Amino acid sequence: MSTLAQPKRAPETPSPKTKKVQKEVGQDRAATSQGRWAFWLISPALVLLAVVIVYPVVNAIIMAFQKDQGLDPVTKVFVQGGPAGFDNFVHWLAQQCGSAACAPGTLGAQFWSAVGTTFFFTAVTVVLETVLGFWMAIIMARTFRGRSALRAAVLVPWAIPTAVTAKLWFFIFAFDGIANKLFGTAILWTGSEWPARWAIIISDVWKTTPFMALLILAGLQIIPAEVYEAAKVDGASAWQRFTQITLPLVKPALMVAVLFRVLDALRMYDLPAIMTQGSNGTTTLSILVVDQIRQGFNSAAALSTITFLIIFLVAFIFVRFLGANAVASATPKTTKGQDK
Amino acid sequence: MTAVSIDSAPKTAARRRERWASGRTYISAALIFIWCLIPFYWMIVTAFRDVGYTFDSTPFFTHVTWDNFNTVFSESLGNHFGRNLLNSLFVAGVTTLVALLFGVFAAYALSRLEFRFKFLVLGFVLGASMFPGVALVTPLFQLFTNIGWYGTYQALIIPNISFVLPLTVYTLTSFFREMPWELEESARIDGCTQGQAFRKVIMPLAAPAVFTTAILAFIASWNEFLIASQLSNDQTKTVTVAIAYFAGAQAHQEPYTAVMAAGTVVTIPLVILVLIFQRKIVAGLTAGAVK
Repeated sequence: MSTLAQPKRAPETPSPKTKKVQKEVGQDRAATSQGRWAFWLISPALVLLAVVIVYPVVNAIIMAFQKDQGLDPVTKVFVQGGPAGFDNFVHWLAQQCGSAACAPGTLGAQFWSAVGTTFFFTAVTVVLETVLGFWMAIIMARTFRGRSALRAAVLVPWAIPTAVTAKLWFFIFAFDGIANKLFGTAILWTGSEWPARWAIIISDVWKTTPFMALLILAGLQIIPAEVYEAAKVDGASAWQRFTQITLPLVKPALMVAVLFRVLDALRMYDLPAIMTQGSNGTTTLSILVVDQIRQGFNSAAALSTITFLIIFLVAFIFVRFLGANAVASATPKTTKGQDK
Repeated sequence: MTAVSIDSAPKTAARRRERWASGRTYISAALIFIWCLIPFYWMIVTAFRDVGYTFDSTPFFTHVTWDNFNTVFSESLGNHFGRNLLNSLFVAGVTTLVALLFGVFAAYALSRLEFRFKFLVLGFVLGASMFPGVALVTPLFQLFTNIGWYGTYQALIIPNISFVLPLTVYTLTSFFREMPWELEESARIDGCTQGQAFRKVIMPLAAPAVFTTAILAFIASWNEFLIASQLSNDQTKTVTVAIAYFAGAQAHQEPYTAVMAAGTVVTIPLVILVLIFQRKIVAGLTAGAVK
């Protein structure tokens, strides 16, 4: 994945070749020594990252092309292992077990529903968190007594471990729990499909909206107050000020926050794993991988590779879309401002 | 008289509008405050409530007892929560130290030095922090089983580094970028040696940034669940895993009050830490996001 800043900043830094031409010999030597220093300072961290990330990932990819030992589900013949080609990937993508379709209820039959669930959770939580987070950020950006108390309070859900959050909301959404009592309902929250999904979504929104709000708040705070004053003098309404000034100026920070949240939501595991164990249509891709691990490493490795590729693809589309959009939204707005 | 009243009429209207606006701000702020804190408050109330009144909906402390905390730490019920706490402390502590040790140098280079492929390195670091945990768990599960590391501390620390180190590098880089490094040069000009300049000028300047990053790294590692739930055994189980699979006094009955007590034990230190260092943590969380 490339940096978010890359498309914007790349043109500013001249390529090393032109630098060499422009600079004198002494400066060139200084640059080389800086480069050497940088190499020695950064390599330990990069090597460590390579060991803890790249090695397992390469390992997973190799595993994904191996057969799992065990009985073939169709022919009931013991499979020794050995190269599998793309069989493991076909198994998940086509939901094929051996030569037949996977029986309903088996892990193999759940791939596409898990993809659907994961994307559903991601879309709903990120939209809710963006809207709510924006509102929270606007309130927190105002000056009033108790503002710092509010900012501290907002950090509490963020600091609570997700596992604890899951248990806390599991208790709130228990059948005899406070949620049913408060609303006078008798819903089996974690025991039926849509209530279970909403219980997970509400927990996730509670836990992560503060993070979103703080990122958006940071974006709001770099907008100079004079811009609003000028717009007010020009007679812009509150809504106009929001859509014409706040939104475009906060957009870069907002997009980064949304990207972070989308990538985080796509690997959602803790909340559904603890609240419903993936039952009632709440199995996300991460849960499916973990369930598969004990039924066959190689097949699980194929699934985790697919999951990784899906997340990578979403990130790639997002950065592309984001980069294009940031440029597009910045250019016409400034010309419009000059016209006035 | 008349002139004054004509003059003051729009003023009072403006003032009323202002008061209404600030009133709305307070109402919204109160709503956010309640939304964020009520579930947390409910956890603490339940943690101190007698187990027989688990589903009592009285909104304040009633039937107060320490029993739930005793259950949490009760070895006879098979809960080794003390040990789980130490495990978490050790895993998160070592992860944080290792990440800082490697991260500080990388962040210094990324923020201060000019070199080729800088954005490639930053991109790799950022990409690594967004890496899905399940993609690591599967191969590591087999690897650690093969080499006999399953259920050891390094089996938890190593995967944790994969997301804590990028976080550390990223946060520190943004912090370092904003530091007044010219002061180092001024100190040199004023006659400090390189070592003195580092100790007396740079260290005090960088310490808050490093400390804040350490808090963020520690919290990230402390809260980790997926990796720990797959790669730990009874000896190395961390608190998040212990809470998720808690054993109560009765089998097949969710020990809600005890779980809330355990959650309180795990959360209170974090909440205190967060409240004390609120400003710094917000700065650390949002560093780099706006640039």
